[in-house]
Amino acid sequence: MQWKTAEYAGWGRAYRAHGPLARPERLSALAAALAEPGPAIGNRRSYGDAALNDGGAAIEMTRLDRFLGFDAETGTLDVEAGATIGQIAEAFAPRGWLPAAMPGTGFATVGGCIANDVHGKNHHGAGSFGQHVTALTLMTGNGPREVTPEADAALFRATVGGMGQTGPIVSARLRLIPCPGQRVVVEESRVPDLGTFLDRLDGSEATYAVGWIDALARGKHLGRGILEEAELAEGPRPGPEKRAKSVPLDLPGALLSWPVVKAFNARYLRRIPDTGRRSKKQINDFFFPLDAVHDWNRLYGKRGFHQFQCVVPVEARDALREILTRIAKSGLASPLAVIKRMGPGRGGMMSFPMEGYTLAVDMPNRAKAAPLIAALSRMAQEAGGRIYLAKDSVAEPAVVAAMYPELDAWRAEVAKADPEGRYQTDLVRRLQLRSPA
Amino acid sequence: MSETWIILGASSSMARAFVRAVAERGDSVLLAGRDMDDMARSAADARTRGAPLAEPVFFDARKPDSFTPILDRAQAVEGPVSAAVFVGSMPPQDEIDADPGLIEGVVSDSFSGPARFLQSFAPLIEARGAGNVVGVASVAGDRGRIGNYVYGAAKAGFATYLSGLRNRLTRAGGHVVTVKPGFVDTAMTWGIEGMFLVAPPEAVARDILKAVEKKRNVIYTPIFWLGIMTIIRAIPEPIFKKMSI
Repeated sequence: MQWKTAEYAGWGRAYRAHGPLARPERLSALAAALAEPGPAIGNRRSYGDAALNDGGAAIEMTRLDRFLGFDAETGTLDVEAGATIGQIAEAFAPRGWLPAAMPGTGFATVGGCIANDVHGKNHHGAGSFGQHVTALTLMTGNGPREVTPEADAALFRATVGGMGQTGPIVSARLRLIPCPGQRVVVEESRVPDLGTFLDRLDGSEATYAVGWIDALARGKHLGRGILEEAELAEGPRPGPEKRAKSVPLDLPGALLSWPVVKAFNARYLRRIPDTGRRSKKQINDFFFPLDAVHDWNRLYGKRGFHQFQCVVPVEARDALREILTRIAKSGLASPLAVIKRMGPGRGGMMSFPMEGYTLAVDMPNRAKAAPLIAALSRMAQEAGGRIYLAKDSVAEPAVVAAMYPELDAWRAEVAKADPEGRYQTDLVRRLQLRSPA
Repeated sequence: MSETWIILGASSSMARAFVRAVAERGDSVLLAGRDMDDMARSAADARTRGAPLAEPVFFDARKPDSFTPILDRAQAVEGPVSAAVFVGSMPPQDEIDADPGLIEGVVSDSFSGPARFLQSFAPLIEARGAGNVVGVASVAGDRGRIGNYVYGAAKAGFATYLSGLRNRLTRAGGHVVTVKPGFVDTAMTWGIEGMFLVAPPEAVARDILKAVEKKRNVIYTPIFWLGIMTIIRAIPEPIFKKMSI
């Protein structure tokens, strides 16, 4: 087995790790790599330290990316864990099927989507990614082991959303959803303030609904933004296939300073006429808008950035207002701020989703960002909500423990699957997820 | 009518990417290699992507006995049959220095094994009056360098063999493409120091398929390796022998 010693980072690039990486191309090579303790990781689209193991080894699963079988009657796909959501969408949309839950980047791997129990713009109706997984295979010291929700409920629910702690996910069986064509019909409308936004999200009947927020707007404009509601639609792909652009170098951090973002946001909002607009988009453009620019994380410069994402219960509108007010006052927000109504659907013990409103805001990694996010995390906890581990890099162990009511059950199941603690990551150690201090 | 490809060394990532490319255009594949479990998975991948037929078959470049069943299977397939050779091995030069016996394995994997297979396969192309051979050689074969001259020598031998095979099969309606990849991001190069301009296997596979479709003879992939190797070949030996590149 070949190991490559390298430095690597989470998507936010604020945290880095150094250590030997294996990238097996076959199961036999994966089995050999397990000799070295270390977690399996995917395309490292988690923002913080969820996919890092500083000083130890890690196994990159991206080359185990084969389709193992597809049933065109039921839309059931068997696929290796290193395949990405974008690859699945590209291969199967023309045949009338799409992943049931798609995160905001097509570069997320199937293994990563399971380990973080990701959600998409249709979470309120479709639930989380893990709810559409009908079986998965873990690599163990004794070879591959199939895990199903029926036969191994606890291990399955510890693996979905389990941050890789039950061992490398080799493959999974996914239930895809029908997709009538190659386009998405999107209705965009301006929303003047937070209260209206939440009302509109509550009242939306669209299959896909998500809001962009100007997270620097304050006072009566607090929470203003654009609501996007969309449906999959029949018809060929609108427009030609596009090639992704890339960011060739780390840009200066000042690019995303307050006045620049402020001006950008105002302009971005005005793009949509008062009366709203309706358009046809390509599947990729709607689901993975940021993938059009490879390495867009370099826009934040060398120091990188954080993302704060929380969900609070529907009753906690006031807490959401306070959280957003605090963000707006800090002046730290980047143009990337997203709000969404979540349904109750969650697939695992440590899954993020809960019925409520979720807010995600990117912030450049300046000195005051980490303390602000820690404070926001406490506010989310006090409101009965929780933060998303896939995004986190600064929360405190006690705060996270209080947010995840099934943590003890998860710990017990993980201790059985990985008694030696071989698959721990920087995040797991930082948040003391495997064992209380 | 779609062709059927025999893929020698089907477990390599370059082969896998090529298999996907031909499966997506509707070709069939016989995946030949040693790790049968792995090839069964790759065969499933090829079928899911559109190959009408995808089967794993055992192949070991060092065991000529393993060639016959593959050739028999190819014989039984209707329509044109092509072969793509992705096998090769590159032990570190210092291991070869310590054990010169390793040279025979490198030559078997990278040259004499595949050449012997193709020698038995060529009559099938001649009989059917159609079919392609893709042979993956290497830029390392263009000039012997201190770092990997045994591998380079084996690949140079294979490239010369392919040139002769092209000469033979062209007159029978077949075609031979010699592929000289530069550094490709595969398990073979993972973790090796000093790699630069490393190409993803998918890009190399696209270049190979394009070369097949356009009946190109010799390609460098990615294309800038043509420039790099033109320069390296032009360096006079009295100077080259003192360089470490």
